[in-house]
Amino acid sequence: MGLIFNNETCSGCKACELVCTLQNLKEINPSKAMLHVYGKFPDPGKYYVDICDQCGACAEACPQDAIELKGQTYRINKDKCDKCMACVPACPVNLVKVDDDGYPYKCINCKQCVTVCPRDALTFE
Amino acid sequence: MLYGYAGNTLRIDLSAGKVEKEPLKKEWVDEFIGGRGFTSKILYDENPPNVEPFDPENRFIIAMGPLSGLFLPASGKTHFCTKSPATGGYGDSNMGGHFGVNMKYAGYDVTIIKGKAKEPSYIFIDNDTVEIRPAGQYWGKGSTEVESAMKEELGEEYQILTIGEAGENLVNFACISHDFGRQAGRIGIGAVLGSKNIKAIVARGTKSIPVFDPKGLLKKGKETYAACREKPGFKGWTPEGTAGITNWCNDVGALPTRNFQTSHCDYADKINGKAILKELKITDKGCFACPIPCGKYGHAKTKRGNVYVEGPEYETLSLLGSNCELDDIHGIAYTNYICDEVGIDTCSAGAVVSFALECYEKGYISKEEMGMDVKWGDLDSIVHILNIIAKREGIGDTLALGVQGAAEKIGYDSSKFAIHVKGLEWTGYESRNAPGMMLGYMTSDIGAHHGRCWVLGSDVATAVGGDKNATVHDLISGDSDFDTIPKADHKNVVPLVLKSQHLRPAFDILGTCRLQYMEIGLETEYYEELYYYATGKKMDFNKDLLLLSEKIWHLNRMFNKREISDFGRKYDYPPARFYEEKIPNGPNKGHVMDLGVIEEMLDTYYEARGWDENGIPTQATLEKHNLTV
Ligand code: SF4
Ligand code: SF4
Repeated sequence: MGLIFNNETCSGCKACELVCTLQNLKEINPSKAMLHVYGKFPDPGKYYVDICDQCGACAEACPQDAIELKGQTYRINKDKCDKCMACVPACPVNLVKVDDDGYPYKCINCKQCVTVCPRDALTFE
Repeated sequence: MLYGYAGNTLRIDLSAGKVEKEPLKKEWVDEFIGGRGFTSKILYDENPPNVEPFDPENRFIIAMGPLSGLFLPASGKTHFCTKSPATGGYGDSNMGGHFGVNMKYAGYDVTIIKGKAKEPSYIFIDNDTVEIRPAGQYWGKGSTEVESAMKEELGEEYQILTIGEAGENLVNFACISHDFGRQAGRIGIGAVLGSKNIKAIVARGTKSIPVFDPKGLLKKGKETYAACREKPGFKGWTPEGTAGITNWCNDVGALPTRNFQTSHCDYADKINGKAILKELKITDKGCFACPIPCGKYGHAKTKRGNVYVEGPEYETLSLLGSNCELDDIHGIAYTNYICDEVGIDTCSAGAVVSFALECYEKGYISKEEMGMDVKWGDLDSIVHILNIIAKREGIGDTLALGVQGAAEKIGYDSSKFAIHVKGLEWTGYESRNAPGMMLGYMTSDIGAHHGRCWVLGSDVATAVGGDKNATVHDLISGDSDFDTIPKADHKNVVPLVLKSQHLRPAFDILGTCRLQYMEIGLETEYYEELYYYATGKKMDFNKDLLLLSEKIWHLNRMFNKREISDFGRKYDYPPARFYEEKIPNGPNKGHVMDLGVIEEMLDTYYEARGWDENGIPTQATLEKHNLTV
């Protein structure tokens, strides 16, 4: 449950990365986004987006139980987090990122990427 | 704090192997805003007068705009500028993709490169790390081949621009390639990089761009994406992209055919956007932040082999297709692939190949010089000519000069059908019955390029009726079934040409694509508000930005005057074919441009611009725009 990516329509524009960081980090910086767009060219000539599907691997790896399931979304509780970074390599798509203060952060299902994607390549279920 | 900008200029001296960073000059920002504004100013001020295009002292400039890289539609354009080897004057070329935004995220709004590297090299830019690295292993290789290899070596996230063999061999219309199918095509920009021994530039940036009001920009950015979705062209124009205009151009008698001998063909259905979708397309491929991706990435199958290629877009379809009488979409896509790989501009390539085919047909080029018996519409012939140009073999060495230089060497009456202005080959709109469009080509600062002016819709409207201000989507979704088209009116074209010449390049100043405005009609008010949230400054698009765009026009004209000893009116004429030969068939059959009309249009145009009768800005005009040149 959560974000779903459809690579038949994605055109690699990264508008999703842009809105992700502006919405959540108040910054213009796609490299900090909580999803990752990339192309494979020349062969097969397609775009892919790595997304957080709330698989929970980060939560499982966290020794402090700081990553908590709220509804359908795993959220990092900064009060419990001791910045050990165990969650970062645990993410199968490298989308647990580290902020300027050394705290991990991840997708919170804000769905802004779904709203903005001009190609309807991202949906939410 | 300078909002909307990364805040730095990067200076690279290849001869000295030196890299310097300095704060972005406030005067540039205040007076010239960004992109094309920056490049025109810097080229005029910093290029030593009268250096040859391939002299190490000629600057190679990269500039981003204040909207580049931000959360708003199509903020991914990069502007390049240099003294053009094709024209000997002001030259710039614009490219989509993801390269420039990475330069900006790395911290650089402007990059100025001079000198010449001692050995084949590439420039590596990763945030604060800037290095000139050896590129011997890549020299001589094809553009996408090098891009693949570099991504393999450095990582997928690095954005790479390359030149091909043609750039290395200083072909006057060599391009820069990027992102497996995006180019800065025109004015021989790739040859200038080649003359500096630079095979590639690699960029990765992971810094934030400071903006004045992040919340405001977030809200307005979302609104602007939503507004694009509401435009009829969002669904109507995007699927075929620029190729969607092919049939309309053929229907209105503007499709270059057989080296511009005529303007109509009977096989447009075989080479149009629908043919691309049916035969080639794998995916839509767009530039950074673009909601209406015009790129069609596909797979072409020919007797010469199967290739992956982005395109062909309209200019390629018309110039390497009908203009060379190639009526097979797979074949056109294959020639597109060859151009990308050897690194030559598909627009100029189509004009040069068709010129060569006509010279050959007339016996001006021998079979021995050509290296094979070449024919119109024959894929092998076209690919052969492209390859000998890139390698500069046989007549290819002459053709590498472009049609103007080649006609001078080949002689006979070939200059009459060398289709260019100022040395830059004409693009995909035959204009014998489109006086505004023709005037736009004639007076463009870089030579015959549609990126500076496109008023074909209004020209057609003066002849057959219709909305002079229609967007491209309006035009192609309307009715265009004409048996004959009456003569278009030239009387009132000047104001429209001026407006278009200021409007289209305005987007190159901001650092965005113009097609959201041009093709689907996104209103300029959006850009004003986005600019405000980005920079904290108010800008009236129609007054302030278009006034700057006009100022740049005068500045570039003065650059041309400084660099070309006898520059003036005589550089503003179309080739003789357009005023001596009647269009032989199609809806514009019988029409020819009148030399008297050309003179009249030039007089009116110069007067409206504040230029003297030789086409040089008057002192009063320069003062009005606060230009001290
Ligand atoms: S916004 Fe949509 S089309 Fe653009 S990169 Fe993201 S998923 Fe792909
Ligand atoms: S419309 Fe085409 S050229 Fe313009 S930004 Fe979109 S993909 Fe790039």
